[in-house]
Amino acid sequence: MSYKPSALRLQREAARRRVSRHSTLVALISTLAIGAVLSIVVSGAPGFKLVRESFFNAHYARTAFPNVLSGLWLNLRVMILAEIFVLIFGLLIALARTSKSAILYPLRLLATIYTDIFRGLPLLLVLLLVGLGIPGLQLSWLPNSAVVLGTISLILTYSAYVAEVIRAGIEAVNPAQRMAGRALGLTQTQTQRVVILPQALRKVTPPLLNDLVSLQKDSGLISVLGAIDAIRAAGIETAQSFNFTPYLVAGALFVALTIPLTRFTDWLTRKQDRARVQQGQW
Amino acid sequence: MAQSMVEINSLRKSYGSDVVLQEITTSLAEHEVKVLIGASGSGKSTLLRAINLLEGIDDGQIYLDGDDITSVGVDPDKVRAQIGSVFQSFNLFPHLNVLQNITLAPRLVHGITKEIANAEAMSLLERFGLADKAKQYPDLLSGGQQQRVAILRAVITKPKVLLLDEVTSALDPILIAEVLTLISELKAEGMTMMIATHEIGFAKRVADQVLFLHNGQILEFGTPLNILENPKTPELKAFLNALRGAGRL
Repeated sequence: MSYKPSALRLQREAARRRVSRHSTLVALISTLAIGAVLSIVVSGAPGFKLVRESFFNAHYARTAFPNVLSGLWLNLRVMILAEIFVLIFGLLIALARTSKSAILYPLRLLATIYTDIFRGLPLLLVLLLVGLGIPGLQLSWLPNSAVVLGTISLILTYSAYVAEVIRAGIEAVNPAQRMAGRALGLTQTQTQRVVILPQALRKVTPPLLNDLVSLQKDSGLISVLGAIDAIRAAGIETAQSFNFTPYLVAGALFVALTIPLTRFTDWLTRKQDRARVQQGQW
Repeated sequence: MAQSMVEINSLRKSYGSDVVLQEITTSLAEHEVKVLIGASGSGKSTLLRAINLLEGIDDGQIYLDGDDITSVGVDPDKVRAQIGSVFQSFNLFPHLNVLQNITLAPRLVHGITKEIANAEAMSLLERFGLADKAKQYPDLLSGGQQQRVAILRAVITKPKVLLLDEVTSALDPILIAEVLTLISELKAEGMTMMIATHEIGFAKRVADQVLFLHNGQILEFGTPLNILENPKTPELKAFLNALRGAGRL
C-alpha cells in the first residue's frame, strides 16, 4: 500500500518551513544591519584614510609577500617539529602524573612541579629566559641558534598544556575499564596501553588539536629572539617602508595555516557529539 | 567429592569500621556452581572481587587450586589470568570490536598468536550465535549480546573458575533469558562458577549450592530447594518474602 501523508503532516511541514524561512530572513537582515553600522563607523573615523593606507596597501603587500612567505616556511618547520615533541613529552608527563606506583613518586612530583610552572609562565618570558639565558651561560656545547632555542621554549610551554589535557582524558575513562582489564590478567602497563590510553586520547582529541592550533600561531613569537620567521620578515619589510601591510600579510598567512586544523577540530567534535547523542550518553 | 578449586577460610574484610565480610568460610569444588543470594550490600560482590584479588582482604586465606593466593608475594596478575570475571555493567572495551575484546587476554596474557586466538574466538562466537557480530563495536550490540560477549571474553582462556557478579541486573527480561541460557550451557560443559544473582528461579536451576549472605556473613547454605523452600533464619525468610512481594520469586 502506498503511503499518503496526512493533512496534519503537511500542515506541520508547512509550519516548519515558515519558521525556517523566517529565521533566514532575520539572520540576513541583522547581518546587513550590523555590516552597515560597522562600515559607517570605521570608514567615517577621522583616521580611516591613514589606517587604510598603512595597513591595507596592495603595493606593499605584493612586494613583502615573497619574503614573508619564506619566513613562514621556517614557522612551518618549527611548528611541526614542536608538535611532534610536544605530543611525546605531553604523553610521558601525563603518564607520570597519573601513575600510582611508589617508585615513580619523584617523577610524579617533578611532573607536577613542571606543569605548574610552565602553565603559569607567559610564553614570552620562557622565550626570553631560554633564548637569552642559555647563550648567556657561554657553554659551547649548548645550542645558541634562535630557532633551536625558540623551538625548545615552545616545546617546554606546550608540553605542560598538552600533558594536562591528556591527563584529564586518562582520568575521564571509567575506572571500571581499568578493573575489567586487570580482571583479565593484564598488567598495569598493558591495561594502560591497550585499554585506557586509546580511550583517553579519543576523548581529548578536540582539545588537543585546539592546543596544537594555538602552538602553531605562537610559533610566530620566536621572532623576538631574532629568528627570521614570517613575523620577523614582515618587521624587516616594515622597517624599510614604514608601512604595516607586511604584518597583515603575515597574519593572513598564519590564519590560512591554522584554518584547516581548526575546521578539522570542529568536524571531529561534531562527529563525537553525534555519536554520543546516538548512544544517549549525556 | 572432587578436589576443591576454590577454598575460602575465615575471610574478613572491612572498610574502616564498616565490616563487609566476616568469617566467610566456604569452598567450591571443580565443576561446582555456587550461587550467592542476599540483599544489595550483603557482601556478594565484595566476596567475588576478593577472590580475583581486585579487593584486598583483612584476614583469612583464599586458595585457588591448592595455592594460597592471598599470601605475601603472590603476583595478582598471574592469579587473575586463571580466573574469569564478568560484571554487571559488561565493561567491554568500547574502542575494540567484539573479536578484539575476546582475543585481548589470550594474546597479551597467555601469549597465544593472533591467528590461533582469532580462530578460537570465532569458534566460540559461532557456537553461541554471535559470529556475525565479530567485527562490530560493543555500542552497536544489545545489552544481552554485550553481556554474552563479556562472558565469552572471560571463558576463552579456560579459567579455573568463573565469577559472575549480577550479570543480568542491567538487562530486561528477554535479554536476561539469553544470558542465562549461555550460563546454563557453560554449566553443562562443567565450568566451575560462583554466581551472585537476584534471579532466584535461575539460581534454582543451575546452583549445586546456594549461599545466603546477610551483613557480610553466610547465614544459611544448602541445596536450592532447601534454602528457598525451607528458610530457617528470620533474615532469609524476610529476604525471600521481599522478593516475593516484588514479584521476583
